[in-house]
Amino acid sequence: MDMPVRAATRASFEITVNGEARRVEVDLRTTLLDLLREHLGLTGTKKGCDHGQCGACTVLVGNRRINACLSLAIMHEGESVTTIEGVGLPGALHPMQVAFLDRDAFQCGYCTPGQICSSLGMLAEVARGEPSEVTGDLAAETIPLTDEEIRERMSGNICRCSAYPQIREAIRDVAGAPA
Amino acid sequence: MRPFSYERAESAAAAAKAAAQTPGARFLAGGTNLLDLMKLEIERPEHLIDVGRLPLADIGETADGGLRIGAMATNSAAASDRRVRTRYPVLTHAIVAGASAQLRNKATIGGNLLQRTRCQYFYDPAKPCNKREPGAGCSALGGDARGNAILGASEACVATHPSDMAVALSVLEAKVETVTPGGEVRTWGIDEVHRLPGDTPHIETNLAPGELVTAVVLPQPPKGRQEYRKVRDRASYAGGLFSLALAGERLALGAVALKPWRAGRAEAALVGGASPAEAAEAELGAAQGGHRNAFKITLARRVIAAALEGTPYR
Repeated sequence: MDMPVRAATRASFEITVNGEARRVEVDLRTTLLDLLREHLGLTGTKKGCDHGQCGACTVLVGNRRINACLSLAIMHEGESVTTIEGVGLPGALHPMQVAFLDRDAFQCGYCTPGQICSSLGMLAEVARGEPSEVTGDLAAETIPLTDEEIRERMSGNICRCSAYPQIREAIRDVAGAPA
Repeated sequence: MRPFSYERAESAAAAAKAAAQTPGARFLAGGTNLLDLMKLEIERPEHLIDVGRLPLADIGETADGGLRIGAMATNSAAASDRRVRTRYPVLTHAIVAGASAQLRNKATIGGNLLQRTRCQYFYDPAKPCNKREPGAGCSALGGDARGNAILGASEACVATHPSDMAVALSVLEAKVETVTPGGEVRTWGIDEVHRLPGDTPHIETNLAPGELVTAVVLPQPPKGRQEYRKVRDRASYAGGLFSLALAGERLALGAVALKPWRAGRAEAALVGGASPAEAAEAELGAAQGGHRNAFKITLARRVIAAALEGTPYR
């Protein structure tokens, strides 16, 4: 991997976004969020609070959901990032996007890209058996995706329009009803 | 955010050395706390030493039956580790009680330990704060902050340490491994790492400048039940007003002081035959509250007694 060990004010590096290797050259202060929106034109990822409190900027790095606003772009050199544009596009929507439409899981839609990326990261975490604060049995191999689990695991994504019940239903549609 | 230069560390020892030699240097790992504070220009590093890719993320068994968690392990990785979940459930419960899943996926164990207070006056550059500017005064004293410390505070600072994880580490009597700028490997007891504010609240730990946390080491777990209870304003994704870690005969408290608070007085009282309420009183006898946070003393007393009595948490 091409790894600059030192940089004074700017850095040039490669990053894979939605499956495409990109070479970027940015001020070191550029966050991953600003790289996506302002340098790569991927404005699907939204800037809400810009302080890790609202979750609107949630993207997947590898298969992990993170807040793109609290990460420097340079920290992701050589990594693979998936934004909402990489999840699905008009005409080829991801099942989670279809479920959000079917369930009317938004009003203004500003938090929706973050909600969808977060929900995909969340389902991967559940599939790996990772516990949450409401998981009763930490020793269990599999964790049932109850409504309580969905609520807790999605608490890092704020919806100002309060579409939470519909968001939960959309996620349940994709995940399948809990046993 | 102020401009800074950047380097990616090649080893822990090289990172520590560079941090001590470079003016205004800060370690960058997950970045979730540091970058937040840099945007507010509360942190103004001139140089970032990115330690996030150092090979310090492994979790492995120790020779004496404990577990060593690399400082760069994410909060999620540590909380999800099967050995942590089954042998140190209080640690998993504490970690997943903090922040959001997105933040836990990014934030590291070392960074969690060294994260800075969430005192609202520390976060408000328009208000004097002795942590940000030594000698400026404390706006939280007599201010509107209901989260203030009730134990170990001073006239200079009434902030609390925000980590849930550290409270569990305290009750588990974890060790913290570091490397100094001189290349020396040091081991700290968890309760030796953080400092009470005294009249130097800007000096938050006993680590030397440039000293890098490389691992947290858990001894064998104590016998008996383990539990973490957290009381807060929202059901999820909120800092604690009070929290408690219990492991066997041991007790530690969170959100009460500028460090994780091992409740030695309560433990001693229990050994001496005290009731849960008496044990809580033994620890909280010295507690002090202001007009906005005095409720925390009552809250702490009740939660301690409930936990010791085994009243169901959920």
